[in-house]
Amino acid sequence: MRRKSVAVVGAAETTKMGRIPDVSVIGLHADAALNAMADAGLSPSDIDGVATAGISPVELAHYLGITPTYADGTSVGGCSFMLHVRHAAAAIEAGLAKTILITHGESGKSRVGAGGFARSASSLMGQFEMPYGVTSPPTMFTVPVLRYLKTYGLSEEDLAWVAVIQREWAAKNPRASFKDPISVDDVLASPMIAWPFRMLMCCLVTDGGGALILTSAERAKDFPTRPVYVLGTGESVETPMVSQMEDFTSSKAFRVSGKKAFEEAGIGHADVDHLMIYDAFAHLPLYGLEDLGFCKPGEAAGFIRERNTAPPKDGKAGGRLPLNTNGGGLSYMHSGMYGMYALQESVRQMRGVAPAQVAGAKVSVCHGVGGMFAASGTIIFSNEAP
Amino acid sequence: MPPRMLPEPTPETAHFWAGTLRGELLLQRNRQTGEAYFPPRPFCPKTGSRDVEVFRASGRGVLWSYVINHRPRPDMGTEPYAIAVVKLEEGPTMMTNIVGCPQTPEALQLDMPVEVVFEPMSETIALPFFKPAGV
Repeated sequence: MRRKSVAVVGAAETTKMGRIPDVSVIGLHADAALNAMADAGLSPSDIDGVATAGISPVELAHYLGITPTYADGTSVGGCSFMLHVRHAAAAIEAGLAKTILITHGESGKSRVGAGGFARSASSLMGQFEMPYGVTSPPTMFTVPVLRYLKTYGLSEEDLAWVAVIQREWAAKNPRASFKDPISVDDVLASPMIAWPFRMLMCCLVTDGGGALILTSAERAKDFPTRPVYVLGTGESVETPMVSQMEDFTSSKAFRVSGKKAFEEAGIGHADVDHLMIYDAFAHLPLYGLEDLGFCKPGEAAGFIRERNTAPPKDGKAGGRLPLNTNGGGLSYMHSGMYGMYALQESVRQMRGVAPAQVAGAKVSVCHGVGGMFAASGTIIFSNEAP
Repeated sequence: MPPRMLPEPTPETAHFWAGTLRGELLLQRNRQTGEAYFPPRPFCPKTGSRDVEVFRASGRGVLWSYVINHRPRPDMGTEPYAIAVVKLEEGPTMMTNIVGCPQTPEALQLDMPVEVVFEPMSETIALPFFKPAGV
């Protein structure tokens, strides 16, 4: 797609975040959507395109009273919203719709009006993974990590550092679920979930939602907030079975999606001021930094430990690549499909309104994962007008 | 304890599960390139060629990666267990459990040689597991 032909003009999260026992899943979608419309000064009749995952775009459109000419139900896990942004940008450019609403809502903790997470026993995963006792993501997403650690001579301490530094960012965010500082020892003393993963290396489980509204760059100038332009986009998928990943030390979907987004954006890594990498677990920023090309294979753990991604602390300047500045899925919130919250933080940073604002940031890379390394989407934003 | 979650074979995978019942680990390979692949499907995932054959694998491999699940699924009992991936001698990886050794990081060393064993779970399903080789 053409650089900066499309912009985000509405962005909001649900009114409440964390534990929301009085709102169902569809209600969280609607709350976020109405907040995003208010942010953009729009009403449902102004929206002519819808995209969502978890629920069907039909449910979303009908619930909000929208009659769209464009509907995208791409559902590849937590990065679905990155793919929705990418598809929406192409659709707006192609004239399929003018104003597209993307929503997420999930009652991850309270499970109000939430569906199940069952796999058929005849699916490939049902036949060749489920019989061996996999349960929730902590027993699947984590399976390749011992191979990664052995290949690069790393340890569980390196995973712990990711959680420690993200907590420093969370401390600056009033809406973060966990704000108290933690040490590597705290992480390594937290309850064992699935060796080598301890509780503080795993994401939160919360309720919440978010929504985005996109339109053409020409129209974006007329909206109340600073437009956030889509500079480059990428997506890919690899395998629904983590045991079938081509390389346990690197995600093919990450590499393909990231490369495509950087090529489309026409930028280099040195141009990036702010980075979001979907962190359902502590190893994901390591794979992300390497597969996106910010670090060489095996060097991301050192890069994080040496505070290159950290906020300012004790009078010392922050790192050159602020990463997961909302606190991430490890400390901010994680309803199940976290990609929407990563996008929201990128938009806040580009608008200049983030709680832990990166001064002067002009380019933000937002990278998502879906399933257990199954899918990936990358969006690169800019706040400079075309 | 609820009954263990078991696979439901499909027409494309039936030969694999018939093989495990007989005590054979069956893979498939592209007849032209000789490349083996898993899980079963009636064509080569690299080239799309339908000219493929089923063959009996050696059953040998190495422990490639794993986690030890400390919150057991109800049908798996009450003790922590390893969810492992084995890299087979023929190339493909497959998920499994490691049997015949303690479920600890000390006993489960990456790259240790393992070999397949089959355990009947029902009249129609035997699951392939792996144990430390030569033990």
